Amino acid sequence: MQRIGVFVCHCGTNIAATVDVKAVAEALSHEPGVVISQDYQYMCSESGQNLVKDAIKEHKLTGVVVCSCSPRMHENTFRKAAASVGLNPYLVEIANIREQCSWIHKDIATATDKAVILGKAAVAKVHLNAPLTAGESPVAKRALVIGGGIAGIQTALDIAEAGFDVDIVEKKSTIGGKMAQIDKTFPTLDCAACILTPKMVEASQNEHITIHSFSEVSEVKGFVGNFTVTIKKKARYVDEVKCTGCGACVEKCPMKKVPNEFNEGLDNRHAVYIPFAQAVPKVATIDPNYCMMLKNGKCGICSKVCTAGAIDYKQQDRFIEQKYGAIIVATGFNPINLDKYDEFAYNQCPDVVTSLELERLMNAAGPNGGTLLRPSDKTHPHTIVFVQCVGSRCDDEKGKPYCSKICCMYTAKHAMLIREKYPDTEVYVFYIDVRTPGKNFDEFYRRAVEQYNVHYIKGMVGKVTPKSDGKIDVQASDLLSNEQLHINADMVVLAAAIEPDKTARPLATMLTTQMDTNDFFTEAHPKLRPVESATAGIFLSGACQGPKDIPETVAQASAAAAKAIGLLVKNSITCNPCVAHSDELLCNGCSSCEKVCPYGAITYQDKEFRMPDRTTAIRRVASVNPAVCQGCGACTVACPSGAMDLNGFSNSQIMAEVDAICK
Amino acid sequence: MNKNLKEQVLRSSGVNVLKCMRCGKCSGTCPSYDEMEYHPHQFVYMVEKGDIDTLMNSNSVYKCLTCFACVERCPRGVEPAKVVEAVRLAAVRQQGSNHLSPVQIPDMLDEDLPQQAIVTAFRKYAK
Repeated sequence: MQRIGVFVCHCGTNIAATVDVKAVAEALSHEPGVVISQDYQYMCSESGQNLVKDAIKEHKLTGVVVCSCSPRMHENTFRKAAASVGLNPYLVEIANIREQCSWIHKDIATATDKAVILGKAAVAKVHLNAPLTAGESPVAKRALVIGGGIAGIQTALDIAEAGFDVDIVEKKSTIGGKMAQIDKTFPTLDCAACILTPKMVEASQNEHITIHSFSEVSEVKGFVGNFTVTIKKKARYVDEVKCTGCGACVEKCPMKKVPNEFNEGLDNRHAVYIPFAQAVPKVATIDPNYCMMLKNGKCGICSKVCTAGAIDYKQQDRFIEQKYGAIIVATGFNPINLDKYDEFAYNQCPDVVTSLELERLMNAAGPNGGTLLRPSDKTHPHTIVFVQCVGSRCDDEKGKPYCSKICCMYTAKHAMLIREKYPDTEVYVFYIDVRTPGKNFDEFYRRAVEQYNVHYIKGMVGKVTPKSDGKIDVQASDLLSNEQLHINADMVVLAAAIEPDKTARPLATMLTTQMDTNDFFTEAHPKLRPVESATAGIFLSGACQGPKDIPETVAQASAAAAKAIGLLVKNSITCNPCVAHSDELLCNGCSSCEKVCPYGAITYQDKEFRMPDRTTAIRRVASVNPAVCQGCGACTVACPSGAMDLNGFSNSQIMAEVDAICK
Repeated sequence: MNKNLKEQVLRSSGVNVLKCMRCGKCSGTCPSYDEMEYHPHQFVYMVEKGDIDTLMNSNSVYKCLTCFACVERCPRGVEPAKVVEAVRLAAVRQQGSNHLSPVQIPDMLDEDLPQQAIVTAFRKYAK
């Protein structure tokens, strides 16, 4: 006979304000097998847990039902409490009467009825719970960082510092990411390259760090502590080991009309290229879309001038497989495409640029060697208009619903730098709100206004019209003086919204991690677990999780490293015992489960069975690898013969819950 | 504040004025801006406040070209021109408030005026 204890939590007023907790405890005390039913203000507190522990000992409980918050919040707390007094932790069930009941209802009577029903379902289920024992699996002592921007570099450096091997996979031919393109950083105005490139060199020289540049993750298998990842090393047609980065090939390459991505297409590069002088690894890459040798076999100059013999036109994509204990995603961001914002004339006029393009135009290593000139006629601009929130804070049809967070600060930086270097230039910033939360941030923006006399105008630009004399008419509203302005500008700079890199979505599918509707990776808890994904062993670093500036990115990168190190130092981790198993006598070998399993945990084997007529027969049956199974339950639903069942969530348990709810 | 009138304008325009984030792009893009006493962003804000009588009595309602530039460019999908339209309808639908009568037409005619414009004018300025 089962002896079940029911414990109803008030959660302060979170539950008790909408659910009559005493009535719930009373109603559940009459359920079959229930020997004790209590309520308490905070069941998760020390004294609340003691209440559960004492009841288990005193009443010799064989099952516990806690009516409280989501099991994601405190299931573990109560399982640990039960285990500490000798009750198998898997004999504890949680009825979620907070997120799924009190928080979403207003009427006390309705909410109380529902709480009772949820409690009854949990009691019905716990009747069928079986004690489970968790196994252990080893942890591979190596981490993978996907993305080699400042986030990925910082995470890799911190993990390497703790003594673990780290691989960085970067899809471009050099690490450095967006920060390498930036000229100065706010709010200190120090040079981005001066603080980034030493870190890039440090990463390349660290004995624990391996950089796979010009590479992509092509397959991820396994689970926390035991990921097997296939990395595609794309053919760069240059032998990375032999290449010395001397640049002779680049100098002699006759194909000079390739848009230079590193300078945002503002100038051209050669078909064989090294993105910038401080690239890491400093290895040339041949662009197969433009190389005449690769396209039609005519040229071959680079291989003739290369003294190291590093050019290899026959190089193929290579795939390497590696085991990792932890994976850190640091895929970063990009400015959005501005094609659909016709009103800003971005596609019509070369002097309308994005902020990242301006960053290159002002950079000493940029197309103009650091002198700010109009892209159209290379003249010095005298009036520059900045437009904020282009594509940010929009409804879904018009752009991104979120604030891109970094634009207010970098625009203040740009405005200030221009006024500092070219005091004859008038700078206008059209803003909706100036958002400068952060240490020394608002002071920085005020300096732009008060010290540098940047004209901040509250209002939005409505229309940008390129004129025949080369000037640009900017039509905008000034909301404070309630007038419409026409500014005769030389350049317009658009603060384009930022969005997650396009590779993030397919990567999330490979990693079975969650994303929000904007394709930012979702953290396990928005407040308390900000650098972990909901999938164990996958961590988040930098702007792939949400818009972030450099200081925040670095802080999060180090936090993600700390979490990954916490996993890597363990020799083994406890497995989830709630895994699927197949009843071989019922299995008809249809392969439905194998097809739906997202983790590749199910294989089929030919087994010998004794038949009722005493003959033997070979039958093909499913078998589950418990170390790989994540307990998602897809196979139990797909199985037509009912052979697949999930420990802790068996078909009979689920049906018992449904029966209890429908009774 | 006239609650019924506000309700009527909100319903007939189908616009949720609370979506406005006060960026002023509508007024930044409006070609009739200088002709108007109250500008597109003010229409949205004043309807939110319920100050509709003021708008109805202003000539701004007849100066809107209904070009829909503000609707096209509003980042939040507020559709200010529809608010202006709804206020204008509220005005012309009052008894004796037609803004255009057939007897005025002959004086306005010239050979460049498309017939379509007359039809549109009646639709906009009269019951």
